[in-house]
Amino acid sequence: MLATAAKGALVTALPLSAFKILGPAEAKAAVKESAVRWGFLVDTNRCVGCGFCVKACKLENEVPYDPPLTRTWVERYVILKDGRTLIDTPNGARDGFTKPEIQERDVNPKNIAKAFFVPKLCNQCENPPCVQVCPVGATYQTPGGVVLVDRTWCIGCGYCIMACPYGARFFHPVHKVAEKCTFCYHRITQGMTTACVQACPFGARKIGNLKDMSDPVTKIILSQRVGILKDAFGTKPQVYYLGLDETVR
Amino acid sequence: MTPEAVHGAEMIVHGAEWTIKELFTYPNEYIYWTIQIVMYPYLTGLVAGAFVLSSLYHVFGQNDLKDMAKFALVFSFALLLVAPMPLLFHLQQPQRNFEVMLTPHFTSAIAAFGMVYSFYLAIVASEIWFVYRKFFVEQTVALKGKTGISNTLLRITYHVLTLGAYDISESALHKDEKAIKLLAGIGIPVACFLHGYAGFIFGSVKANALWMTPLMPVIFIMSAIVSGIALCMLTDIVIMEWKKFRIRTSRKRWEMTADEIGGAEIDIVKKTSKYLLGFMIAALTLELVDLIFRGYTAMKSWDILRTVIYGKDFTKIFILQYGLGNVLPFVLLLLPRLTVKRAALAAVLVLFGVFMMRWNVVIGGQAFSLSFAGYMEYHLPMMPHNMETFKEGVLGALFMGVLPFILFWLFNKIIPSLKFK
Repeated sequence: MLATAAKGALVTALPLSAFKILGPAEAKAAVKESAVRWGFLVDTNRCVGCGFCVKACKLENEVPYDPPLTRTWVERYVILKDGRTLIDTPNGARDGFTKPEIQERDVNPKNIAKAFFVPKLCNQCENPPCVQVCPVGATYQTPGGVVLVDRTWCIGCGYCIMACPYGARFFHPVHKVAEKCTFCYHRITQGMTTACVQACPFGARKIGNLKDMSDPVTKIILSQRVGILKDAFGTKPQVYYLGLDETVR
Repeated sequence: MTPEAVHGAEMIVHGAEWTIKELFTYPNEYIYWTIQIVMYPYLTGLVAGAFVLSSLYHVFGQNDLKDMAKFALVFSFALLLVAPMPLLFHLQQPQRNFEVMLTPHFTSAIAAFGMVYSFYLAIVASEIWFVYRKFFVEQTVALKGKTGISNTLLRITYHVLTLGAYDISESALHKDEKAIKLLAGIGIPVACFLHGYAGFIFGSVKANALWMTPLMPVIFIMSAIVSGIALCMLTDIVIMEWKKFRIRTSRKRWEMTADEIGGAEIDIVKKTSKYLLGFMIAALTLELVDLIFRGYTAMKSWDILRTVIYGKDFTKIFILQYGLGNVLPFVLLLLPRLTVKRAALAAVLVLFGVFMMRWNVVIGGQAFSLSFAGYMEYHLPMMPHNMETFKEGVLGALFMGVLPFILFWLFNKIIPSLKFK
């Protein structure tokens, strides 16, 4: 009788002690500090706008090939001598830049002051506004800093798409949930590099661990003059650019 | 999903159907938030406005609004039930909507929606119950002994609605009134919160140069009250005039006195229009402060905002929203010897103006690229050819616009909120 009562008391007491609701800070402390912080380096001086990175990304990540949506893209900037800036990215530059016309106009090469290409992808921000605004917590930051989307939980409200200042997000045409660049999370966590980095014939794209001081990418970011996109938003982007021009949006 | 499955599946590029791009935009940019997201703040605005109007009587004892108060309360309930539906229509995964309640992510402005909404719904429902409790009891008693299925059904309905509280003594009714006053009092800040928070959803998007302003929640609240008052005024006029028309054309018209035929009372209309004017001034002032401030500070985004506000959207903002929706009704209501017809016209214009304001915020905020180097134009789908163009097209919006009236009509079968003579 006493034993049964004791067992009963034990059973009723168990759930209370077995389950503990952790606050966000406690939860964070419970997970060991990650030894990895993924960062990306784009050397715009090396990019020729071939679009191999875009093509490789679409194929690797099952982003439908023909719809005009993409996890990564390349922009072409043409700055004229009169100060005007022309920008384009035909189909995200999936097939590269095959025509000299930009924004449907012929530009006389003599009038061009400078021109260059700028590859873009998710900045995997340290302070990601997309994660902040997701009403159901379907998008989240991994310990390594990569922002991912849980396709089984996203309700498709589009708030994250609105919140991203870089236009990195879109609705996946088939899954109908928010979609974005993951730094090829399935590859980098297995010791491989991203599809775009692998596809780039000129080494314009590199990925590395910013917490590892001996990582070549970290070394470049620490020792050279790098830029980031739209720092005024306070998002702390982790894609660094070499040779970033002030005209780049 | 295998690559083959992805590439073979039906693909819908959300937004491509109605977005026209101009100059340079990022490849993934489309008008993602469309007419339903215009309808959402419009409807919650009407809810908040109607509720505030009814509370002006209950809490602040504005006796001139007595007849309007009951009607406004029931109408706001009908609107409230429809208010979250545009959001549901807009979701890409509507069947997962309940996740907002299951796993609310509180850093998101939308996450609290379920809770704020439910709380407000409970307040409005209980206030209606207290207002109609005496009526429920009376009906249960009056219908007792009457035969016929409809009478029995009605009696059971009222019986259930009393929730077993049959005491309609003087002191009990006095307690009811106290409860109503309390609920209406709590309801005002909650209504303002519900709507101001719709403003916060937009105002806190730092990526969007047009939306991001701390004034947005206040602007939303003021325009909400404006639209709510205008809607109550208009609906009251239409229903009263319709009733008058029905009586005048009925066979019994010879038995009626002139007073009974009545129609909308100009006194009530005049008094309501004064509140309308007051809130219109507040709303317009805030909107103009915002506009002037943007122009004066001329931040980086102003170059493109200026071309949208004074160029591409000029007609929508200055002619339709401010001209037709603000200035004209303002003049109509201020001119001496206000008539019911003139007030009705003004109310229609005000409602249109507030709708255009929502449009110019939601769609206008997506009219330019995040790169500030290009534009996007929204082409509202008229004739739907698939679910997406129905939901996010003119038909879907009309559906949302009509639904509250159908609900209101249904509610009036049980809780008559219009005082007919």
